[in-house]
Amino acid sequence: MPDQLMQLLFSGLTLGSIYALIALALVTTFNITGVLNLAQGEFAAIGSLLAISLYAAGIPSTVAFILSIALVAMLGGLLERAAIYPARRASGLTLIIITIGLSISLRGLALLIWGTETYSLPAFTKGGPLFIGGAAVNPQSIWILGLAILTLSLLYTFFELTYAGKAVKAAVVNRTAARLVGINPGTVSFWAFMGSGALGAAAGIFIAPVTMTTYDMGFMLGVKGFVAAVIGGLSSVGGAVVGGLLLGVLESYCAGLVSSGLKDALAVIVLLAVLLVRPQGLLGVLGERKI
Amino acid sequence: MGRNKIFTKIKKPFLWPACVVLFMALPLVVDSNYITSVLIVIGLYTIIVQGLGILMGYAGQVSFGHGGFFGLGGYAVAVLTTRYDWPPVLALLAAIALPGLVAAGIGRPALKLREFYLALGTMGFGILIHTMFNEAGKLTGGPSGIAGIPYLSTGGLVFDSDIKFFYLVWAVVLLVLFGINNLIRSRVGRALRAIRESEHAAETAGIDTGKLKLKAFIFSALLAGLAGGLYAFYVTFVSPAPFGFNASVQFVLMAVVGGLGTFFGPLLGATLVVLLGEFLRWAIPLVIPGAGGEYEIVFFGLILVLLMIYRPEGLGTLGKILTSPGKKKPGAAEAGIPGGGRGYEVN
Amino acid sequence: MLLEVQGLTKQFGGVAAVRDVGFQVAEGTIFALIGPNGAGKTTVFNLITGMLRPDAGSINFSGRRLDGLKPYQIAAAGITRTFQNLQLFGGMTVLENVMTGAHIKGKTGFIKAMLRRPGINAEDKQIIEHSMALLGEVGLDGSANLPAAALPFGSQRLLEIARALASGPRLVLLDEPAAGLNSTETRTLAGYLKKLRNNGLTMVLVEHDMETVMEVADRILVLNFGRVIAEGTPAEVQADPKVIRAYLGEDERIA
Repeated sequence: MPDQLMQLLFSGLTLGSIYALIALALVTTFNITGVLNLAQGEFAAIGSLLAISLYAAGIPSTVAFILSIALVAMLGGLLERAAIYPARRASGLTLIIITIGLSISLRGLALLIWGTETYSLPAFTKGGPLFIGGAAVNPQSIWILGLAILTLSLLYTFFELTYAGKAVKAAVVNRTAARLVGINPGTVSFWAFMGSGALGAAAGIFIAPVTMTTYDMGFMLGVKGFVAAVIGGLSSVGGAVVGGLLLGVLESYCAGLVSSGLKDALAVIVLLAVLLVRPQGLLGVLGERKI
Repeated sequence: MGRNKIFTKIKKPFLWPACVVLFMALPLVVDSNYITSVLIVIGLYTIIVQGLGILMGYAGQVSFGHGGFFGLGGYAVAVLTTRYDWPPVLALLAAIALPGLVAAGIGRPALKLREFYLALGTMGFGILIHTMFNEAGKLTGGPSGIAGIPYLSTGGLVFDSDIKFFYLVWAVVLLVLFGINNLIRSRVGRALRAIRESEHAAETAGIDTGKLKLKAFIFSALLAGLAGGLYAFYVTFVSPAPFGFNASVQFVLMAVVGGLGTFFGPLLGATLVVLLGEFLRWAIPLVIPGAGGEYEIVFFGLILVLLMIYRPEGLGTLGKILTSPGKKKPGAAEAGIPGGGRGYEVN
Repeated sequence: MLLEVQGLTKQFGGVAAVRDVGFQVAEGTIFALIGPNGAGKTTVFNLITGMLRPDAGSINFSGRRLDGLKPYQIAAAGITRTFQNLQLFGGMTVLENVMTGAHIKGKTGFIKAMLRRPGINAEDKQIIEHSMALLGEVGLDGSANLPAAALPFGSQRLLEIARALASGPRLVLLDEPAAGLNSTETRTLAGYLKKLRNNGLTMVLVEHDMETVMEVADRILVLNFGRVIAEGTPAEVQADPKVIRAYLGEDERIA
């Protein structure tokens, strides 16, 4: 029995890392632009499908991955210019409706291109499972965990240790002051969407070997990214990671011990519970910050 | 001085009744089951969007969960008539009451949420209800749904044909229009509009904005449930598919397309979106061979995006601008999505 | 005393916007709150009307404790207000704005409202009549059916006052009613406020235009950095050296 619990813990952490990655992209964009991008999950779906198609067309996997990450990053930037930037003065609600519109359009587009079939990628590294603490761990899980750790440290390095990152943080706090020192909030918003496109695509590609990739997988992935972000208080990078891992583990135990059909419902129940009981997030990191 | 222009706005008293009579004669003149069924669908959606329009356009609160209320109405009818042999009329009443009760339960905490938190919360609620339709197989039949719902009947009257159903649905639409027309110009309507214009000022004018928003939320859920119940009697079959998140988005789209806070907005929005959907279902396979109609959602999404960017006040105000060129539509600039700018005010 | 405020304190992120403020307003008088920008005047209004919750202190209105109540409950208790940055219902007509101000006078609920034609029942007729009378007093009855946003700025200020009066309050809080008005409009306003007082209405006024304050106010409370620095009649306050110091170089209009 403890072996099974360990097993579920590891698959939960793998799943959670993906939610954490989506949540990281959401939270970063939200902090920088004030836009809650409900199309974030679609970036993952399209990135993943794109990589699968490129790979199937005979392009070496690494090239295919980088290419599709770059393409989805461009897609993110394009959408920001086409749909977010023109409405930048609109209310937060208008912007959320815009991103919902983008998300259903992207999903429809994915359906048009890839149909309703299920796709998959081979694992990044061959070989059997590793055994850790009595649990069999898929090597792909290590890749996913690695990506989460890499992303987190890159974000940390950028925002805390580089001049550009600090400048972006300043632009978030004070838009006028940012302009004075030569930062254009519009440009920052563009890069934020490029970045979240790239991050979403990377997350989608990394999970492709362990999940069924379909045109509509972005929706629930996006929803779970929000749940993770909301658990963490929506504006905290660390909170998003913890929220994602928490949700992943919770889901894994729910699916393993209760019923797998309730997995998706669980995420939504957690979302509602957090929103209704503690809208500032479970981790309470939001503090005085006014969103 | 008591008699004012706003209360005698309909200057041509025979125009509207004439329009209604003409419209009601439509299915008799054009003998097409297809057209009748499209008109029924428009009517059903109009009922939902009228309620959603009160919530969004007047009380200024968004909901991305009304697909769930729509579904609760549909499943209430399906379950009660097929599993418990309730008389159809009673089942329809339950289809109205159940979403109302659920809305009353979740509304109080949910409406404390603002902007995207409210959008996320209602979206979560809709997904949860949808998941339950899929998962509670014993009651709901799971993904395959419930078939064999009887026709709606009361006394000797059985709504067993499209034409009969057309009259039933549009009678309901007219009743709801009548009620809303009264509502928006009443004390309650003024209070609702006041919330949209300035919540602070509304509160200090003695309006319990929280309670009023809750009432608008319940009202919109009741209407969605009514439409869902009628839908179940019309199609005589329910499954989770038409009650998901896409349905919720579609309702918001209809409300926005028609113009929030306008009287004919819901009717206009439901009509335009349904007709566009029908058109796309016909046109897409012509352009892309082998493609099904499900791609309409791409266009719905794009339209939603374009509207929110370039015309957040919807198309409903367009007609008014055209008919009275001299007068600028009051407050057109402030229409669109209420809820203020990004972030909260400090006080 | 109609309004008794004691020890009122409110902090924003550790900074006290209002600290230990107390004053009393007698029925049928005009009481003015003055002070340099950021002195906490509007915060006091927001605390009295329930838009903010005080950290400490009490607010008694006609013997009833108000602090902790919600804004709509405070309105029902008989206190209404106007806003410094106008908060009119811009898309609604001038008449509808005033009618909305009379919300608590009506009883029509959601269901009843749907079932009957508005504008012809006794309740609506009475509210329309009453609202038109109020608009007549501020000279806006001719604009009753215009959208409020279409009014010139000065008229919008007057409309907000008419709206605040519509529920028949015992106390009205006026937040810079003369801001943005020209001198003729300001004269008219001052005359109107005095007339309202003579009819028995109690008002608390935040105002920067010292001439108006000195003319209409019965008593004045001076705030600086959230604290009370002086209180008295207009003559006493004008002669107070602390007041002069607080305003020196900040606002020459006091002299």
